[in-house]
Amino acid sequence: MSLTADRKPTFGRILIAGILAGLIAGLLAGTFAFFAGEPRVDAAIAIEEQNALAHGESGGEELVSRDTQKHVGLPLATGLYGMAVGGFLAVAYTLLRHRLRTGSDTRAALGLAGAGLLGIVIVPFLKYPPNPPAVGDPATIDQRTLSYLAVLALGLVAVWAGVVAARTQTHEWRRATAGLAGFLVVVTVAYLLLPTIDEVPATFPAVLLWKFRLASLGTQVVLWSVLGLAFAGLLNRLATRSANPAAAPAAVATADA
Amino acid sequence: MPKADSVKPLVIPAISTRLLLTAAGVVILLLALAYLVAFDQGALSRSGMYMHELMHDGRHLLGVPCH
Repeated sequence: MSLTADRKPTFGRILIAGILAGLIAGLLAGTFAFFAGEPRVDAAIAIEEQNALAHGESGGEELVSRDTQKHVGLPLATGLYGMAVGGFLAVAYTLLRHRLRTGSDTRAALGLAGAGLLGIVIVPFLKYPPNPPAVGDPATIDQRTLSYLAVLALGLVAVWAGVVAARTQTHEWRRATAGLAGFLVVVTVAYLLLPTIDEVPATFPAVLLWKFRLASLGTQVVLWSVLGLAFAGLLNRLATRSANPAAAPAAVATADA
Repeated sequence: MPKADSVKPLVIPAISTRLLLTAAGVVILLLALAYLVAFDQGALSRSGMYMHELMHDGRHLLGVPCH
């Protein structure tokens, strides 16, 4: 049995590290969402049902109970979503690592996760803040979905533009300024071109809307922060093992003795 | 200055056609997984609206547009 061949870092190992980090991140984000977000979702659903009653509609039979949605559906959704995002991060890491000008795997992993947080969460959040149940016109869902995907893609383009702009400069202050300018130009153009969506009913409580949106932002910040840290940690483990294949089990044996 | 974590940075597999094709396949699978959580209404899960309704709260709290 050859230990060296077994420990060689392959795309598969990096991918597994990303997906595992994503699962951990997704489950923690789901836990945050359960405590910070579910009370707001419940309050919004109560308003939705009141509205339906006022319009003479019956609530209708639930396909999945609220209890199952909260305790099974929420962690399932954030866990699977985290695994998908973690997989994307691992693919991006494998293909872009040689372009990231740092000798530190931790910095490279955190940098990419930070880019994802900025492009996939913060930029879309500020243009199309998420809405609780009872907010949003079902007739416009297709258009809203397309706009959401567009702002998500443009968010990543903006981060890329910032990096490219920064790299045209050599002095640190100029790099920072050029990077920020490149990022903001793309974000500004994207925000101006994309349609404005304002479907919040005048009667929906402002404080509830604010709390729901903060909970949603918090959920996604937890997901991406934990993802970056967990992925960096797993990469460091892979690096230590591949640099020193035989030492790891031996060191454990010595420590036990 | 903080110390670097590992002795040496992890050696990344060299970019090759084979790696790019594998990565493309993986990305398609990951997109399907993300689609299942974020947008699917039964076409992918083959469970009618069950999976869609089950993951309703996650979709709202992950910032995806929903009804």
